[in-house]
Amino acid sequence: MVLAFSGRRLPSLLLLWVALALGPLARGELAIEITQGVDAPVPVAVVPFAWQGRGRPPEDLGKIIRFDLARSGQFAMTAPEDMLSLPSRPEELYVRDWRVQGIAYVLLGSVRPTESGLEARYALFDVFAERLLFDETLEAPPGQLRALAHRISDRAYEQLTGIPGAFSTRLLYVVAQNIATEAETFRLEMADADGANAQTLLKSREPILSASWSPDGQTVVYVSFETGKPAIYLQEIATGRREKLTDFEGLNGSPVFSPDGKQLALVLSAGGNPDIFVLDLETRKLRQLTRHFAIDTEPSWTADGEAVIFTSNRGGGPQIYKMNVRSRAIERLTFVGDYNARARMLADGRYLIFVHRQDGIFHIATQDLERGTVQILTETSLDESPSVAPNGSMAIYATRSNGRGILAVVSIDGRVKYRLPSTEGDVREPAWSPFL
Amino acid sequence: MNRMSLRTLLLSLLAALVLAGCQSTGDAEVAPEPEMQEAPAEAAPAAPPMVTPAPRPVTNEEGFPLDASGRPIGYVFYFEFDRTELTPRARALLAEHAEYLKENGSVRITIQGHADERGTREYNLALGERRASAVRDYLQSMGVASSQLRIVSYGEERPVDPRSTESAWSKNRRVELAY
Repeated sequence: MVLAFSGRRLPSLLLLWVALALGPLARGELAIEITQGVDAPVPVAVVPFAWQGRGRPPEDLGKIIRFDLARSGQFAMTAPEDMLSLPSRPEELYVRDWRVQGIAYVLLGSVRPTESGLEARYALFDVFAERLLFDETLEAPPGQLRALAHRISDRAYEQLTGIPGAFSTRLLYVVAQNIATEAETFRLEMADADGANAQTLLKSREPILSASWSPDGQTVVYVSFETGKPAIYLQEIATGRREKLTDFEGLNGSPVFSPDGKQLALVLSAGGNPDIFVLDLETRKLRQLTRHFAIDTEPSWTADGEAVIFTSNRGGGPQIYKMNVRSRAIERLTFVGDYNARARMLADGRYLIFVHRQDGIFHIATQDLERGTVQILTETSLDESPSVAPNGSMAIYATRSNGRGILAVVSIDGRVKYRLPSTEGDVREPAWSPFL
Repeated sequence: MNRMSLRTLLLSLLAALVLAGCQSTGDAEVAPEPEMQEAPAEAAPAAPPMVTPAPRPVTNEEGFPLDASGRPIGYVFYFEFDRTELTPRARALLAEHAEYLKENGSVRITIQGHADERGTREYNLALGERRASAVRDYLQSMGVASSQLRIVSYGEERPVDPRSTESAWSKNRRVELAY
């Protein structure tokens, strides 16, 4: 039996974050298990936002922003109880209160309800230069306070790093419970990038895998075993409307949207062995890309939509290849190691991120396509399914820890790492949304 | 030669041949045929020795064919990591299944392919399918009709042992026949 949902909210975080005392994040229930940060994180203070409405604010904006910036691993966040004063306007900011603690940047602000929803006024101050970096307002409909906070985090992050923030994005992932028992269940879930607002999109007694996003973030495609074998489905997130796209004999797998959203690359084995196909979503016509007796699977697109990269064992063991969609010219990309699979191209086209086996351990690695050098990013083993944030800064992937499946995040340069265990069961198959 | 010793001779010949025919390399135990054919009462010229074919399996409640000792013929076959070749033991068991399937042409089975959790999920789906195909192809080569055989791959999605140990992995790298 399969249940599809549309936008039904679950009461609280299903993707539970382990609460550890982490110094600057102590006593926050949204704490996470940061296992590695940059060597010299920049000290930043996010002052608790003043609430200009009646009663308590529906959300603690400052806490959400603090958690967002902490997760980037690049900042050391000051705990509110350590702050010498709590300004909510730049005029109220007393530079010495921050300079004496060596804090480099202060983000402060206030939120007030308006007729149409909420309005936030916020500012970012450079302590050492004694300079206001920005002082802005942002509006949001009622009930969208978390989204407002994430937009402010995006703004601050971009100001401080030059890279657009990815805090207003979402994650897809699969939760599996009671594996290898009669009570096995699988749920495809979607949550905010900080784990909040988890919603179930699909619930099933049969496996779900390979979920991925459309470029506009409105639709997901995935593989479901609900008919007793793998088939590809499309589901609109807002309405829950589902459509079975392919259910040919054999495998139907790895559906991935093209960058323009008009096509899907996918895998079919009805022809006798798994090959890569492209499905035109408008005409519903299929075009075969690879035609080889080997296993060809796990396609993904280059940012310009001109080529598909995929896993193939045509050379003996799984390696990454690239095929130009028009000319069908194929070139092999990976040459280090005997198992390279499930690759995604970073938007700049220079780096590949993929699953790489070394000494029997499955890591997430990147390869510089110009130089051919491979860098292993993770210390976890049994890694799989890397998915890159739309700003190219971090990748989320699935791995195992303490006997259960968890998600983990690593920065593309490998310097920042954190884990996302869940108390709900085994979590796997993460997919990071595009900018929403 | 009198009647009694001819019968005795024939019976012991029969016993010896049946014992020889019951030997198999699978899980079936070697067991003598419980019922013996009695030689006809009239004196007859010395007939050539009768070869009794291997006992025809009947099935259990779930439809699995049973071997001579009454147990389901081994229906799970294991594989090396990242490999899809059948072992000699697997081939011997599959030969028994092939016999049963050929005699019961309306029986259909699903051949389920699996992989252990290491490596990537979709690649493991393809591996599972390769393994199931290897079993299907072997059964077909033994004369089983393709209409009786259906394959499905679960990749790493349906482990029998969800742990991350070598022992668990070797149990999960398998093909199962489902009647």
